[in-house]
Amino acid sequence: MTVTTPPPEPARTPMTVSGAHGTPPREPDGAYLDHAATTPMSAAALAAFVAVAQRTGNASSLHSAGRTARRTVEEARETLAKALGARPSEVIFTSGGTEADNLAIKGIFWGRRAQDTRRSRVLVSGVEHHAVLDPAFWLAGHAGAEIVLLPVDGEGRLDLDALRAELAAHADETALISVMWANNEVGTLQPIRDVVRAARPYGIPVHTDAVQAVGQTEVDFTESGVDAMTVSGHKLGGPVGVGALLAKRDLALDAVLHGGGQERGVRSGTLDTASIAAFGVAASHAVGCMPERAARLSALRDDLVERVRAAAPTAVLRGPEPTPHPAHDPDTAADPSPGSTGPVDRLPGNAHFTFPGAEGDSLLYLLDSAGVQASTGSACQAGVPQPSHVLLAMGVPETEARGALRFTLGATSTEADVDRLVAALPQVVARAQAAGLVSGRGQGGMA
Amino acid sequence: MRVLAAMSGGVDSAVAAALAVEAGHDVVGVHMALSRNRDQFRTGSRGCCSIEDAGDARRAADLLGIPYYVWDLSERFEETVVADFLSEYEAGRTPNPCVRCNEHIKFEALLDKATALGFDAVATGHYARIETREVPLPDGGRRTVRELHRSPNDAKDQSYVLAVAGADRLARALFPLGGFASKDEVRAEAARRGLSVSAKPDSYDICFVADGDTRGFLQSRLGSRPGAVVDTAGEVVGEHGGAYSFTVGQRKGLGLGRPAADGKARYVVDVQPTTNTVVVGPAELLSVDRITGEKALWFDGVLAEPTPLVGPVVPPADVVPDPDGWFDAEVQVRAHGAPVPARVRSAAPAGDAYGDGVPEGERPPSADGSHRAATAMEIELTGAPLRGVAPGQSVVVYRGTRVLGQATVSRAWRAPATDRAR
Repeated sequence: MTVTTPPPEPARTPMTVSGAHGTPPREPDGAYLDHAATTPMSAAALAAFVAVAQRTGNASSLHSAGRTARRTVEEARETLAKALGARPSEVIFTSGGTEADNLAIKGIFWGRRAQDTRRSRVLVSGVEHHAVLDPAFWLAGHAGAEIVLLPVDGEGRLDLDALRAELAAHADETALISVMWANNEVGTLQPIRDVVRAARPYGIPVHTDAVQAVGQTEVDFTESGVDAMTVSGHKLGGPVGVGALLAKRDLALDAVLHGGGQERGVRSGTLDTASIAAFGVAASHAVGCMPERAARLSALRDDLVERVRAAAPTAVLRGPEPTPHPAHDPDTAADPSPGSTGPVDRLPGNAHFTFPGAEGDSLLYLLDSAGVQASTGSACQAGVPQPSHVLLAMGVPETEARGALRFTLGATSTEADVDRLVAALPQVVARAQAAGLVSGRGQGGMA
Repeated sequence: MRVLAAMSGGVDSAVAAALAVEAGHDVVGVHMALSRNRDQFRTGSRGCCSIEDAGDARRAADLLGIPYYVWDLSERFEETVVADFLSEYEAGRTPNPCVRCNEHIKFEALLDKATALGFDAVATGHYARIETREVPLPDGGRRTVRELHRSPNDAKDQSYVLAVAGADRLARALFPLGGFASKDEVRAEAARRGLSVSAKPDSYDICFVADGDTRGFLQSRLGSRPGAVVDTAGEVVGEHGGAYSFTVGQRKGLGLGRPAADGKARYVVDVQPTTNTVVVGPAELLSVDRITGEKALWFDGVLAEPTPLVGPVVPPADVVPDPDGWFDAEVQVRAHGAPVPARVRSAAPAGDAYGDGVPEGERPPSADGSHRAATAMEIELTGAPLRGVAPGQSVVVYRGTRVLGQATVSRAWRAPATDRAR
């Protein structure tokens, strides 16, 4: 197969940051296959950040420096709104995706319940990011919310019938619905428009966490019909520490951060002008490049999937089959997911596998040693991968969920990255399976 | 060598990792997560299991310029160390969880996983020495005997809790702190390298028992089981919330309302799990001069490379037993106890010690050569009797600084006076 070369990225100068003493950190090299965790800042975004960070000015100040900062913020707001199909007044800048999710879940819950005290149900899919799940469960513990975890199918896609049934039975008691645009672990695209269609007759607001989707697939806030949408800077070539909640102007939304009344009064705090400027530039660039980049990354990802299956025949792809495999060879591929022959409903840069008999931490360590940086895909506590709630919600048994690895591609990914992964993989999987056997986690499926 | 440095977040393991790096090994730091629900901050004298400790280990690895990972061994820890801790207390015995952690976690789960992943050795911050010695073989060849020795740092010596790992597993262990004579020296080495943990307090308590409240932990896991405290005549003298939370030799916390008739202090002299009864009596009843150990292992007959000698389990070859199998040694029954003189011999355990239908005489040596399967140990103290030796404790046999063997106490008693005269 052929894979087009990536658009030329300006050379990045390696930067070495050292502490006051000790051995300087090694500059990461090798194949970086964890773009869903964070992806390099684009050169244009970095330049914008540096230019703005050199200026003083609080966007809430009334003098000249303040006006300059405010203008920068408002231009970025317009740029971001345009890139995402929203109105500028619908953009609420935050410190990132987690804050935007917290604002959406808590703010809409409080706002809706203030209108009608019966509204205590919060409907979220079982595969949401912890930035959605944890605020929801916090509301259950502290504010009398009832959490309804909506089921998903074996590919991680929302069960719409379950949502409809839930709404038919409890619409009056429902505060909000939150379903992510695309899953961060297995890359499944969710039927957001169907969710909106189901919710609209009842007037129930829909929030979507689109952190993984922007710049990867087409995302249009207004056209989607959702009432609130979370986006993040560092997942699309902007800086870490900035994000936004897009929220319709008539949405009942209470503040989480109280203070100076910035951002419609729902998100107080001095605006991070430099990060916001860089975020706008990065989002505009990512969305503009999306069709071309998505095509390139899909092809590279399909190649990765095919070659991983060849290199590690026991590997099981999780999430939707990225492309239909008409000449599917049953000897070399596992879990062909026969149901998924329609349009590709997976993020272009995402591939996710479980490796039977191996543990994710062994795979991660061995690949890291071989210069391949991947992720177990699930949340960590102090570096300990927990069994993925996403895989468990998809019905994957816990023993299999332990052997998960996620490979995610981005702007700087090349065929050489895939080569490096595929070259290392057979020995890595064999070793990790041997380690799985001695640690008593061995299991069947090693055909 | 490719070396996995086990890093708890404490000063000892950090310096051990540093020394492994400086010895030229290719070192990777690994912090073992032994609980899924860990506290954010270290509290009191627990020093290994909080997220803060994992962070300390990470910063030490950063400074040393080595990769760092956290491995989740929490399930294995719960299934082995914690489960053993609970079941031993339930059975009226006195477990040592640090011994079981070395046996099942550090020198089994961690070591085996490291070996499978391509590491040659695991380095830890234990205070003990491994020495190798070439011995001639009858056929003219030579073999390497690997010995475990006490640390020159008497106060910190950990050979007692390491002996259970056995020579074959310790062949893949590195103890870079083995030569250090004091903790202050180790702290100085840490400070010299700029390791932020150089002044971190030592940890003493059982790592999974919050606040050192063993009884509270047992009650939370085993539930309340009220029962009677009786004296040696069988008279009820008090109540308790669960016999499992008492250990032989215990004096404090008995909660007896009235003093003994003779006014003397009373100790737990027996814990009877089947009747949920705690028996108290005078200190004299705690005196012990006979000990039987089960699951004995001996530190002889170990080839360094490549295959451990798997064969009949006998006492060390350079120990010359008398015709009945007895030889002179010293034994230690507590982590910080003093060694006492004794006669020791290897013996076949009575009957089917493992309850799996295999008589001990017919049990083949274990596949990894750890010699754990088929032997018991008999001990006669030749000096003053010991007090408070309880089943479940580890007994380690020494000659000087060298560890000869280890077993788990299955029975301890005072021989009749007529026997003692021997």
